[in-house]
Amino acid sequence: MKKIGVFVCHCGINIASTVDIPKLVEDLKNYPGVAYIQDYKYMCSDPGQTLVKEKIKSEKLDAIVVAACSPTLHENTFRMAVQTVDMNPYNCEIANIREQCSWVHKNITEATEKAKRIIKSVVEKALLDEDLEPVKVPVTRKALVLGGGIAGIQSALSIANSGYDVILVERQSSIGGRMAQLSETFPTLDCSQCILTPKMVDAGQHENIRLMTYSELEDISGFVGNFKVKIKQKAKYVNWDKCTGCGLCIEKCPKKVPSEFDQGLGKRKAVYTPFPQAVPNKPVIDCENCTYFKTGKCRLCEKVCPFDAIDFNETESFIEEEVGAIVVATGYDVYPVLNMSEYGGGKIPDVIDGLTFERILSASGPSGGEVRRPSDGKIPKEIVFIKCVGSRDPENHYPYCSKICCMYTTKHAMLYKHRVHDGQPYIFYMDVRAGGKGYEEFYQRAQEEDKVVFLRGKVSKVYQDDDKVVVCGIDTLSGSNVEIRADLVVLAMAIRPSKGIEELAQLLKISIDQNGFLTEAHPKLRPVESLSAGIYLAGCAQAPKDIPDTVAQATATAAMVLNLFSREYLLHEPIITGVDEELCSGCGLCIAVCPYDARKTNREKGVVEVNEILCEACGACAAACPSGAAQQRNFTDTQFSNMVKAILAE
Amino acid sequence: MTKPKVAFYWCASCGGCEEAVVDLAEDILKVVDAIDIVLWPVAMDFKKSDIEAMADGSIAVSFINGSVRTSEQDEWVKLLRKKSGLVVAFGACSHLGGIPGLANLSSRQQLLDTVYVQVPTVNNPNKIYPQTICTVAEGELELPAIHEEVRTLDQVIDVDYYLPGCAPPPNLIMDAVLAILSGNLPEKGTVLALDKSLCDTCPRKESKPDKLKISDVKRISMTIIPEDKCFLAEGVICLGPATRSGCGERCINANMPCRGCFGPTKAVQDQGAKFLSGFSSLFDSEDEAEINAFAESVIDPAGLFYMFSLASSLKAKFHDRS
Repeated sequence: MKKIGVFVCHCGINIASTVDIPKLVEDLKNYPGVAYIQDYKYMCSDPGQTLVKEKIKSEKLDAIVVAACSPTLHENTFRMAVQTVDMNPYNCEIANIREQCSWVHKNITEATEKAKRIIKSVVEKALLDEDLEPVKVPVTRKALVLGGGIAGIQSALSIANSGYDVILVERQSSIGGRMAQLSETFPTLDCSQCILTPKMVDAGQHENIRLMTYSELEDISGFVGNFKVKIKQKAKYVNWDKCTGCGLCIEKCPKKVPSEFDQGLGKRKAVYTPFPQAVPNKPVIDCENCTYFKTGKCRLCEKVCPFDAIDFNETESFIEEEVGAIVVATGYDVYPVLNMSEYGGGKIPDVIDGLTFERILSASGPSGGEVRRPSDGKIPKEIVFIKCVGSRDPENHYPYCSKICCMYTTKHAMLYKHRVHDGQPYIFYMDVRAGGKGYEEFYQRAQEEDKVVFLRGKVSKVYQDDDKVVVCGIDTLSGSNVEIRADLVVLAMAIRPSKGIEELAQLLKISIDQNGFLTEAHPKLRPVESLSAGIYLAGCAQAPKDIPDTVAQATATAAMVLNLFSREYLLHEPIITGVDEELCSGCGLCIAVCPYDARKTNREKGVVEVNEILCEACGACAAACPSGAAQQRNFTDTQFSNMVKAILAE
Repeated sequence: MTKPKVAFYWCASCGGCEEAVVDLAEDILKVVDAIDIVLWPVAMDFKKSDIEAMADGSIAVSFINGSVRTSEQDEWVKLLRKKSGLVVAFGACSHLGGIPGLANLSSRQQLLDTVYVQVPTVNNPNKIYPQTICTVAEGELELPAIHEEVRTLDQVIDVDYYLPGCAPPPNLIMDAVLAILSGNLPEKGTVLALDKSLCDTCPRKESKPDKLKISDVKRISMTIIPEDKCFLAEGVICLGPATRSGCGERCINANMPCRGCFGPTKAVQDQGAKFLSGFSSLFDSEDEAEINAFAESVIDPAGLFYMFSLASSLKAKFHDRS
């Protein structure tokens, strides 16, 4: 039998005032397996740890049980301490007699009895604990960044600047994302493209960044440090190796379709780049709209291309790469105005969403930055902005706050006022949330300098009357009904994780929350990690956030990736669920329940095998295994059974 | 040299285990040549007093089938334990409680009510129940008492080995007898069959998909099962993954799923609970209503998952019998 040392901590009076420690020590000293028992005022203190280490040596202990606070606090402390005297750290166990005993009881006799049973059960566990060594895993020092918006660009640049290779994958033909669509940014009113495009160019030209636009993640296998990814590039019908981006094809293309980049306000050609500063500045042919693809005739682009770059036979292509870490920065979509029919969304042409208004305001937008409304191009004299549309509305739409709308709506109203001096902006709001550096001042400025009218209340109805859009609402501060005959209505629509996030989450085996955003490992302490090791989250894919927060989070993902890459190999917790090949019949029930794909049938041997690196020791397989072959190391059925018996014994 | 003495005894059982001994066919002659049968109520006439007269430990091995339900069975197995060097729990009832063990789902009184009063064909207007003592003209008659519960053999006496199965297949019986005769015995407490569960030897093993998921439960009587397909993959409950192998896949070869008569592997304490834990993970849904409907669709879960092992479940093991 192993020789177990039990070290009982008083934790000052935290434990000692409720648990009768002399009695505890007396009653336990003859328990089978207990070779030595000692109490001390603060076991976690330096003298306490020294005591533990000395006794391990002098009493030749095989394992120790520290009866103290929760293992989440000092398990690591004592495991590190015992290592210095050559004890395997997995032979150090904690019996929690504080949170689970002294803190929650008052009766000394009963608490002492309970503490005794807790310690006995942990002694039973320690008797059967085995020495374990961490699983070592090599690291591929290359990162994959999914999404080429500001989050992805920032993350990719930060990693690449540290000397590691990055593959930056973007679904559109150019990187830039939503930020490229914006006019000016709050609270400084600097031009969005002006601050973004240098970063785009940097990412496009960086020697460590491999840009893969018009591409999507197709498949992934592997695990932290060792992912294998397959990326699909859609058929572009333009050979980018030959194309110089001269734009002749675009100029000559006869087919015009609404521009997605301009939110449908402007037109683009069937062969196009989404916007002039696109990176890479190479066009693609939209085969759904291309005259040649639809009728078999045209091929004008092919005729005019001086570099013979048009290739109508191009097909989608795939590349396979190995990467060590993945950053998911897939951004957001705007909740479509069609969902707000009570506000005329989708019915009244002059009811638009905020992003569309950004294009109207943008100097590179379809109206060159002149504020003109979509229906007739008239300059609107009165604009009503409505906030929290689709957000903070758990009954009908989404319960969460989209976070950016307060500030961008304020910005919209200001910019409008700057362009149309005699115009009047009104903002219907539920609350103004201006928590950010310079944000409150920005909001005050809108009221004081730009005379934006803020109306605290909800809008009940929006309807078309001649060429006016009538907005009926209530101003709860004055208690009066308000009716505004506006020329344009801008809805601050909720923002949603971008289309396809569920499929992507499924592919990556990361979870999404009740609102569809990616779930971080811990809302406060691990905000950029997913629960799958090696996969990190940045930007609005994780939760609505503005540009400063996005950039901060993206930079943090780079820190996490670099932390991973700084190590020669990764150590993986050895407490995993193994397979006893003498017992396993290969029934495979454990494979179906494993959320990490860590288990696989070896059909030749007729047993299930575990990839120790993938196993996160959740124990689902151990519960499901009908033959008892799947046992979690140092948490075996026999250990649990002995622990329960020790607790229940008379 | 005298031949080793062997006893066969039956408790609460169907007689199938006796049949299994007879199923040794010609091989039984080899056995009979090598041993001296001192007790076998189904085939030969011995009295209890004959055994009582024997010296303690003088029987080399007693093979006891059936679960233990009455005071008479109690007495007999304790007597045989005293007189025997080895005791082998023979068959599923003795090993795990077997089908009679399902009686533990009802109380003794419920069972007596059913049998002596409620059954439509019973005419017992005065509600007369069997008594342990009954006075008749010739004197007092005594009947064994019925216990509150059905017990496995090892819940009553110390057991050396287990021959599993309903009934144990002849080859395992023969192997066990030969091992005992040769003295080449495994560790005490061993179940004399294979170590792994049935899937290991199942002829349909290869048809099992890599990831087993089922979307609805089918009943064997309402389903046509292809003769080469894994039952579970077809949605038919098969206890193979949770059942020790060694039976010769007799049910599987007759296109019937495993019902679990060989009991769990050595690493499992409660066959029914363990199978339920694994089986419930197979349902392919995250939706609570769907999952409930799935659970509801399992008819007679206790009877299915614990068909042979209810009396040896964890609940029974920890049950306070005082």
